[in-house]
Amino acid sequence: MARTLITVPPNPKKNTVIEIRALIQHPMETGLRPDVEGKLQPRNIIQRFECRFSSGGKSDVIFSAELFPAISANPYIAFNFRATQSGTLGFQWTGDNGFTQAETVSLVVV
Amino acid sequence: MVFIWLLPATFAAIGTEACAAEEAANKAGNKITDSRKSGYDFMSASTQALQNDDSQNPAMLWVKDGEALWGREAGKDKKSCASCHGAAPKSMRGVAARYPAIEKKTRRPINLQQRINLCQKDHQHAAPFAPETQEMLRIESYVGMQSRGLAITPPRDARLAAFTQKGKVQFEQRMGQLDLSCADCHDNHAGKKLGGATIPEAHPTAYPLYRLEWQSLGSVERRLRNCMSGVRAEPYPYGAPEFVELELYLAARAAGMKLETPGVRP
Repeated sequence: MARTLITVPPNPKKNTVIEIRALIQHPMETGLRPDVEGKLQPRNIIQRFECRFSSGGKSDVIFSAELFPAISANPYIAFNFRATQSGTLGFQWTGDNGFTQAETVSLVVV
Repeated sequence: MVFIWLLPATFAAIGTEACAAEEAANKAGNKITDSRKSGYDFMSASTQALQNDDSQNPAMLWVKDGEALWGREAGKDKKSCASCHGAAPKSMRGVAARYPAIEKKTRRPINLQQRINLCQKDHQHAAPFAPETQEMLRIESYVGMQSRGLAITPPRDARLAAFTQKGKVQFEQRMGQLDLSCADCHDNHAGKKLGGATIPEAHPTAYPLYRLEWQSLGSVERRLRNCMSGVRAEPYPYGAPEFVELELYLAARAAGMKLETPGVRP
């Protein structure tokens, strides 16, 4: 389990563009750095981030990103989304060594 | 008759003018006496933005974990920090701003991490967190954040004076193969460049902080050890009395400056 910090503006007005922010704790080890004994540390990164919006039985990917070794530890991803209706935002991070982290946040449009 | 009317008016005018002048001088004076700058003031706008916004500040990941630790029961009595101290935002407000402080039993100064360890040992009867472990940084950052915005206020305790003085001597003592003291860089060359980096004034205003170079949270002692190995001196171990004395002097030197915990630095 990794600690995440997700920021979604509370109760946005219908049809406004909101900024969604997602921060996750992860070492993002590049696989290129030696450890104290000079041996290469195995790569351990998040490979993919995906955000889905589900409402009324329909679920769409609204944002996704591929992550690479050059991205810093604890990656922070922010993107914009037009809030047309209420629903649920599902966040999913997947990476090396079977790493997976899922979070959901409800979005209530007024 | 005219001058009778004039006199009080003139006095009144001089009076307000003098007041205004005094006020202006005070304002200017305050600026002159406090020209100290936090490391924050030396950062780029984009790094400052990371610290300004809790939803972007990666250090908040540790703070949130610390909040969970605050309520976690430990030790044979199954006590959490909250069992004794209650809600941290109230009970821990101002605590980080006054450490290091004298410990009653040993009559020696201890820093916040050592205070947390003593609580774990004496009150929780639990295994203390080792210095600089993730768990220690989590709880320290959570306690530290409760003093955000408060001025650094070293305790008015006469017993501290001798230790603070030792810290000052250390700050000015040349060390390592490069034969440099803390003061050489941070007093005499602050604001100038060391390689690509700006030398800050060494005020401990935001610890524990997220350093972009570390890609992690770290305590003030990690920073001090970094500086020591930088001048090719052998760093003291974590929790060494020399570090506590140095922290005392740094706190005295930064007294009155606002705490920014949990900060971000480049």
